[in-house]
Amino acid sequence: MTVAFDPAAKFADYAHPERLVSTAWLDEHRGDPGLVVVESDEDVLLYETGHIPGAVKVDWHTELNDPVVRDYLTGEQFAALLSSKGISRDSTVVIYGDKNNWWAAYALWVFSLFGHEDVRLLDGGRDLWIAEGRELTTDRVTPAPTDYPVVERDDSAIRAFKDDVLAHLGHPLIDVRSPEEYSGQRTSAPAYPEEGALRAGHIPTAASVPWARAAAPDATFRTRAELDAIYTDEVGLSADEPIIAYCRIGERSSHTWFVLEHLLGYENVRNYDGSWTEWGSAVRVPIVSGPERGEVPAR
Amino acid sequence: MTESTLPAQLAEIRDEFLELEVSDRLLLLLEFSNELPELPERFRDHPDLFERVVECQSPVFIVTEVDDAGGVHLHATAPAESPTTRGFASILAQGLDGLTVDEVLAVPDDYPDTLGLTVAVSPLRIRGMAGLLGRTKRQLRERRAAG
Repeated sequence: MTVAFDPAAKFADYAHPERLVSTAWLDEHRGDPGLVVVESDEDVLLYETGHIPGAVKVDWHTELNDPVVRDYLTGEQFAALLSSKGISRDSTVVIYGDKNNWWAAYALWVFSLFGHEDVRLLDGGRDLWIAEGRELTTDRVTPAPTDYPVVERDDSAIRAFKDDVLAHLGHPLIDVRSPEEYSGQRTSAPAYPEEGALRAGHIPTAASVPWARAAAPDATFRTRAELDAIYTDEVGLSADEPIIAYCRIGERSSHTWFVLEHLLGYENVRNYDGSWTEWGSAVRVPIVSGPERGEVPAR
Repeated sequence: MTESTLPAQLAEIRDEFLELEVSDRLLLLLEFSNELPELPERFRDHPDLFERVVECQSPVFIVTEVDDAGGVHLHATAPAESPTTRGFASILAQGLDGLTVDEVLAVPDDYPDTLGLTVAVSPLRIRGMAGLLGRTKRQLRERRAAG
């Protein structure tokens, strides 16, 4: 069962308008059968301070990751999680969150690894919902458990590993971290704790496009024309090339992955979730420091 | 650093957390967040007196004071959209309040790691609280050195 798409005019210009809903649409449809609203934030307590009525919380750190392997959930674990959240395989899932939907996009990407078909983002996320004075509640949500099937995760299409990136050198790479991280002045985002990468800099040839450039001041995504101006005109990406995006642990680059894959319709985009915390410490991988992209290393 | 240097009020807060299931620890952190004391009026219009704690993921600013009786007071400000950071600041503002400078300096640096929150909010975020404690101590050391 698929809930109707949001026909908002702004979305029509995107390659996959069905991946977004507006705040007005969600306010009208949040009670629709078959729709589950999910809040996924960077700040793990934000949901408890008030959430969209009926929304369930998914915490990226404790709920989407395997507790001992640096990896996402297994098929069994994901089935158990989604069942407990009241999500069925055919549910329409709308995800929203804080900080321009950064973590919401990350959750959407993980849902996509499991092939959950109808998963959308709330354009503008939590901030816009609140700015518009829409309803929030602190009521606890107790979803009726569902019987979500065990689906094996498919990493091949949208996830890149370190060796994939090495083999990819020479094709477009997008580094979405801050300019300071890109040039090697620091290994973690400004105002973020150090995460212990041994070297600072970027992957050779990667273009620097900080993720937040894709967001407007009200936390919505920039228009199709604005996004084309950045990614197509300025960076020179084209829809049929393989592209890999990375950041520090793969969360910020999920946001850019969403933009390239769903809003611009690029066909072969992967997110390298090992990102700088892995690359910056891995043995025998090349890096570049300074503001220039650098060359493909000789093999 | 040994157990004996942990002041009673900090030990009490730690025990409160450890007695709870992980999900309830988050709710206790939220209570702390809601209880972050308002800034005294003399600090309200003086952002210049505050130091930003860059280890935290959200804008949080602190200033320490030592009263005439030698008691330390930690004042902190963090936005409502950052309840986790507010909670960390509130734990320290309440847990350190009224201690002597020596007592604060003797608080184990790993106190934030002992609250049982690393499983609930990730070790990375706990480092923000360690930053709050570290900067508090540094301010007090500098104040003492300045005589």
